[in-house]
Amino acid sequence: MPQRIDGSGETVRFTFEGREIAARAGETIAAALIAAGETTTRESVVSGAPRGPFCMMGVCFECLVEIDGVPNRQACMIAVEPGIAVSLQKADEVAA
Amino acid sequence: MKTEPKTATLPAYDVVVIGAGPAGMACATEASRAGLSTLVLDEQPRPGGQIYRDIEASDSGRRGILGKDYEAGAHLASGLRASTAEYLPGAVVWNIDSEKQIDFSAGGGSRSVKAATIVVATGAIERPTPMPGWTLPGVTTVGAVQILLKTSGVVMEDLVMVGSGPLLWLAATQLIAARTPPKAIVETVPAARYREAAKHLGKALPGWRYLAKGFAMMREVKRAGVPVHRDAEEIVIEGETAASAVSFVSGGKRQRIETAHVALHQGVVPNQQITRLMNCRHRFDKSQRAFLPVLDEHFETSVDNVFVAGDGAGIGGAKSAAMRGRLVAMRVAEKAGRPVSGERETLKAALRKDAAVRPLLETLYAPSEDTLSPADSTLVCRCEEITAGQIREAVALGAPGPNQVKSFLRAGMGPCQGRMCGLAVSEIIAAAKGEEPSSVDYYRIRPPLKPLLLSELADFGAEEAPRQAAE
Amino acid sequence: MQSDAIVIGGGLVGAATAYGLAREGLTVTVLDEGDVAFRASRGNFGLVWVQSKGDGYPDYAIWTRKSADLWPGLDAMLKDETGVSTAYQKPGGLHFCLSEEELENRKALIARLHNVHGAANYGARVLDRQEVHAMMPGLGPDVVGGTYCEHDGHASPLYLLRALHDGLKRRGGRIVADAGARDISRDGDGYAVTTPAGTFRSERIVLAAGLGNKPLGEKVGLNLSIAPLKGQILVTERTRPRLDMPTHVVRQTGEGSIMIGDSHEDVGFDVSSSSDVMAMLAARAIRMFPFLTDLRIVRSWAALRIMSPDGYPIYQQSETHPGIFSVNCHSGVTLAGSHALALAPMIAKGELGEELSAFSARRFDAPAN
Repeated sequence: MPQRIDGSGETVRFTFEGREIAARAGETIAAALIAAGETTTRESVVSGAPRGPFCMMGVCFECLVEIDGVPNRQACMIAVEPGIAVSLQKADEVAA
Repeated sequence: MKTEPKTATLPAYDVVVIGAGPAGMACATEASRAGLSTLVLDEQPRPGGQIYRDIEASDSGRRGILGKDYEAGAHLASGLRASTAEYLPGAVVWNIDSEKQIDFSAGGGSRSVKAATIVVATGAIERPTPMPGWTLPGVTTVGAVQILLKTSGVVMEDLVMVGSGPLLWLAATQLIAARTPPKAIVETVPAARYREAAKHLGKALPGWRYLAKGFAMMREVKRAGVPVHRDAEEIVIEGETAASAVSFVSGGKRQRIETAHVALHQGVVPNQQITRLMNCRHRFDKSQRAFLPVLDEHFETSVDNVFVAGDGAGIGGAKSAAMRGRLVAMRVAEKAGRPVSGERETLKAALRKDAAVRPLLETLYAPSEDTLSPADSTLVCRCEEITAGQIREAVALGAPGPNQVKSFLRAGMGPCQGRMCGLAVSEIIAAAKGEEPSSVDYYRIRPPLKPLLLSELADFGAEEAPRQAAE
Repeated sequence: MQSDAIVIGGGLVGAATAYGLAREGLTVTVLDEGDVAFRASRGNFGLVWVQSKGDGYPDYAIWTRKSADLWPGLDAMLKDETGVSTAYQKPGGLHFCLSEEELENRKALIARLHNVHGAANYGARVLDRQEVHAMMPGLGPDVVGGTYCEHDGHASPLYLLRALHDGLKRRGGRIVADAGARDISRDGDGYAVTTPAGTFRSERIVLAAGLGNKPLGEKVGLNLSIAPLKGQILVTERTRPRLDMPTHVVRQTGEGSIMIGDSHEDVGFDVSSSSDVMAMLAARAIRMFPFLTDLRIVRSWAALRIMSPDGYPIYQQSETHPGIFSVNCHSGVTLAGSHALALAPMIAKGELGEELSAFSARRFDAPAN
């Protein structure tokens, strides 16, 4: 399991697939998800295979999620905000 | 409909620096010191780039873990903050035209600026590492592991690090300092490489500090009791819906380590997106095994007044990046007719010394054969799920290079726009044709450099009248 | 190296013609350029489009319609022979009008084309506001009407090109890359084409090198008046199926991307993507389909159309160099059916048929008065 090495920082709560996630203020959604043990963030639009954050620097586009109903957002480039509803980017909602 | 050129009304700068890593920060600080009007556009919310990511936000505890070299970034960041350069974080550049009009997205809208000189300081990205299972959730780059540590203080208990390169060893020691040593290191450096690299030892001596640091890092890993599997090959990441194990051949037998977290690394390579977009000439550097922009002695590209500072000019590390950033600023000032700083020659000598260790590192940590020529069934383009075998078939069908392969297969057409597969695709095509990557070349890069919301693009047009009538 | 026919140019026009020649039993060599050729094929929008083609030029209307009729067969044979699907679909196509004036002009155009094809044959009809919105849900309020034609369809230009290359190879054809033609000279009863990849010989040569046809034509007695016209395309990320049929400026690909075209810019050999035109295309597309607002552009393309002075194709056999044919046109996807299955058999016989007489280069010769 992932761990946090320091205890400081304000906690921000949001949901991923309906599950509550406790994040640190200022961190990205992808970092918060990984810290919470959520490694799968999308399904491949080609095969439906599960994918998760890979580069964490906005290059690979593997961490695409749906945020408050808006699809294809880069979880590693967007900071957490209280109360946002994040969900898996599902293949069938993106392509046939 | 004829309209006045909108360029006439755009904000204009002597220098626009793209990227706020070590090179960008140093360049902008130096350029504004020389009296040049300077704008810094950076994607991240805070300065530092990837190497000094979140440097301003990290407390002494985290800095202690990340080490002295990380702390050096704090001076660069405060230098930028104290300078007269205009610093615009959260700005994503998506197009640059031949007149050096830069279009970028910031705060939900797109704007343009004009630059007399552009300094590309967009650094490096990790080399693509295609191997079986590399798309499974739980598998990241080593850079991603470092970013998690820098930005969130998040570490994995069961991390297995796979690959080679200084960054891998650095990240391992940082994890050890964070009291969460990696479960294992699976190093892909063939035994024979050490002998080849040793030939560069004499010339690398001016960079003895780097060598000493390297040995110290390896000793630290050993002292922490981290198992290191050397000369590993035929790596497979196992798992159905997420990574569950890494298996590999080392010491003549196949071994298997259970883990949910794997970090891959085969070195870093210049991020070519902007220099490709601007049609700068590039060459394939055999030692770095990557495409580099063709530069003159002052880091100017084949396009007038477009410079590359930092790792984007060829991998040299953070210290070199900062020095190159300053040197570029001095050259820009010189071209603008300003007096040249007396420090220039000292800086150049320091840069040469800093780079002395590179040939040794490049030889020792050249990418593994397995990642350069993946098996036919291995996915190379992660977005469109195109395998190495399909790429080889397209070559057999007559595709002369990556652009035809792209149009035949959709490789490189996904949201990452070829960043994650481009170099691997060029290598595979070159090998299939029996040529060098230099003759095969690379994807043609077109705007938008990053995906751009259609409404934002439409509004961008509405605010400023089009330069050319549409029909 | 000797073959029955050499096709210079491996884009959609050359590949379709070469594939058709191979179907006629000829041994074919395609001489292609390198990886970064101008290649209009890669910038093609992917329409197989009939409804507005050939207004004022009946032969082109008929030639286009013929190609659309040949398309299902071409698609089937390519899939059968290569396993590659061109993603061809023929649900009909829609053209939208954003003002009453536009709609009136469109009605007149449709009426004129009815007279060319015969009302029963044309398959196009004018739609008022209610009809067009019923046929295509999701249209914006600015769309006041449009036209529908049942013969319209679309395909993937990229998969079509790959299938044609693949099909040609399976029929014994050769595609030589990095072999841009430098010179054509007489060689015994035939011709020799010199390229960086060597010299190639044949009695029959097809110039399908796009804008490259002009300098090559000059060497073999063909005065081809063609010029580039830039077109730009935007491609969005994939989205769920939103569009049931292609339209003249927006279509959804088999993969789910939305493609947005089309612009006309007379800017010479510049294939960079200009932000202004990209923005104009985005704004217009959103007016037609407001749902596009929330999609992201992942790619843009700029390519050069091959335009003759009147915009119609030029098909011409050289008078001084018999056996050398040139094919000059845009719309390489729409015309692929005709090129593979009607033009190629004529070239194989050594004579362009009567139906192509309207497309001779001689129509641009100075009038004799």
